[in-house]
Amino acid sequence: MNSSATVLSPRLRDPAWLKRVFWTCVALVLIAPALVVTEFKPWTLFEPESLKITTRFLGDFFPPNIEGEFLLMVAREAWRTVAIATAGMALALLIAIPLTLMSTSALSISALPGRMHAMPFVIRQAIRWLLIVLRSVPELVWALVFVRVVGLGPSAGVLAIALTYGGMLGKVYGEILESDESHATNSLLRNGSGRLQAFLYGLLPQSSAELTSYTVYRWECAIRSSAVLGFVGAGGLGQQMDNSMKMFRGDEVATMLIVFMLLVGLADYVSERLRRVLA
Amino acid sequence: MSGAPNTPAREAPRTAAANETYRLPPRLFDARCAACWVVAGIIALTVASFWTLDLQWAKFLSADAARKMGKFLGELLSPSVDPAFLKKLTVASLETIAMSALGTLLAAIGGLLLALPASRTHGEDKARWRAITRLILNGLRSIPELVWAALLIIAAGLGPFAGTLALALHTTGVLGRLFAEAVENAPPGPAYALRVQGVPAGRIFLYSTLPQIFPQLLSYTLYRWENNIRAAAVLGVVGGGGLGQMLAFHMGLFHMNETSSILIAMILLVALVDILSYLSRRILQR
Repeated sequence: MNSSATVLSPRLRDPAWLKRVFWTCVALVLIAPALVVTEFKPWTLFEPESLKITTRFLGDFFPPNIEGEFLLMVAREAWRTVAIATAGMALALLIAIPLTLMSTSALSISALPGRMHAMPFVIRQAIRWLLIVLRSVPELVWALVFVRVVGLGPSAGVLAIALTYGGMLGKVYGEILESDESHATNSLLRNGSGRLQAFLYGLLPQSSAELTSYTVYRWECAIRSSAVLGFVGAGGLGQQMDNSMKMFRGDEVATMLIVFMLLVGLADYVSERLRRVLA
Repeated sequence: MSGAPNTPAREAPRTAAANETYRLPPRLFDARCAACWVVAGIIALTVASFWTLDLQWAKFLSADAARKMGKFLGELLSPSVDPAFLKKLTVASLETIAMSALGTLLAAIGGLLLALPASRTHGEDKARWRAITRLILNGLRSIPELVWAALLIIAAGLGPFAGTLALALHTTGVLGRLFAEAVENAPPGPAYALRVQGVPAGRIFLYSTLPQIFPQLLSYTLYRWENNIRAAAVLGVVGGGGLGQMLAFHMGLFHMNETSSILIAMILLVALVDILSYLSRRILQR
């Protein structure tokens, strides 16, 4: 690098060379402990012992299991996965809609002339914190908790999705409502209409497209996560997949993975179409 | 949602009708409006869902369940603050962060390598591998991290290594697709200038496309890292290391004080990531 006299050929000259080397070194120093902590040993994958199990398991993947009875069971579990997601979303809406209406500052009457009064402000903030707590516990953890309380089965999955998604929907609904044009709502409120009227005739017509599109998107996410929730015993495809994996039934796992991918693809497609129709 | 478009008030002869037709509210269900059918379908789906799932409401709303839940919550209120346990908890939190960071880094590298064959960079590019690479990326992406982890435990054994690989595989699918789109949408001018000079494809990418899209790639990667910290916290539940593995272990043995500390650590970690990402966005947007 310190060859100021000899001119390097343009191919080798790189003004940012030192900077690149420096940042690469920094990155390596930062990554080294991560490699140790995560027990990153790729060669263990290729030890004869584990390689034998892996190849046998993967070898079983083909052909996938397509026995009639098994397929029927998979279809039933796939429906249950969709049903858990849908029921969870319905309950999530029951949580989210009232909490949104209570917490959005767009419907505050005392905030019309100036600052919101202390009491409504405190209540709104408290509800907002409640939504944040609901949302920040991952649905898998909720599911673990509810499996303890209500036992194995779809109830735990439905409740887990209801709580996490209730928090998410409530927060995002509030943001959508507050980011909208407030003129119509404010006029209604100033002229003496109630909060619910102001919401139905002022806020909702403006933002209904955005609200539905977000809800449909979240339904799609709920299907994905309800499939995963089965791994902790909350019913649906995940639970059967977990069972088959524990028994090293590669053929059954392969079928269920294919069904799962088809399900996610279908939900993706339906949600895109729906958003176009409802927008 | 369920409204036919309002018919505009026509210039009709003003006869004194009790109800002027155009003032009537639209009918609730109209066979011609697509949204009505969609809403009816959604209602049917919801009813069918509740109908077919044997949700044990009676059991959940019973006094027994309420007592159990109350006891559970009560026990959660006294987190364990034993120093030895807190040390273990810190290690597990660091493990979670390391898993997510390493998984994201591997995914960024893998995603970039797969994004190149998955993109058509210019008009005459035949992009023979585009369809097959996109299929692979879709496959990687559509299987969630948790399912990858459960699969990889068979090959890599219990522990953070399986979790890291699971994060890396799923994120490779996500980032690969985003990167491929970034490569395809990069301004074509500089690449064209180099190509007409006869510069080979690899160097065109390094000297024209990559410098242009690098900030975008970096922001996608950081965004996925944020998601992956959240995912890594729960991956352990199926045996993929980190906080989740501790949670599954202590919850399984009904160590409620420890469970409570782990849950608090998890929520703090997620909240911390949320706050940091919010702050950094605020700073970057300024």
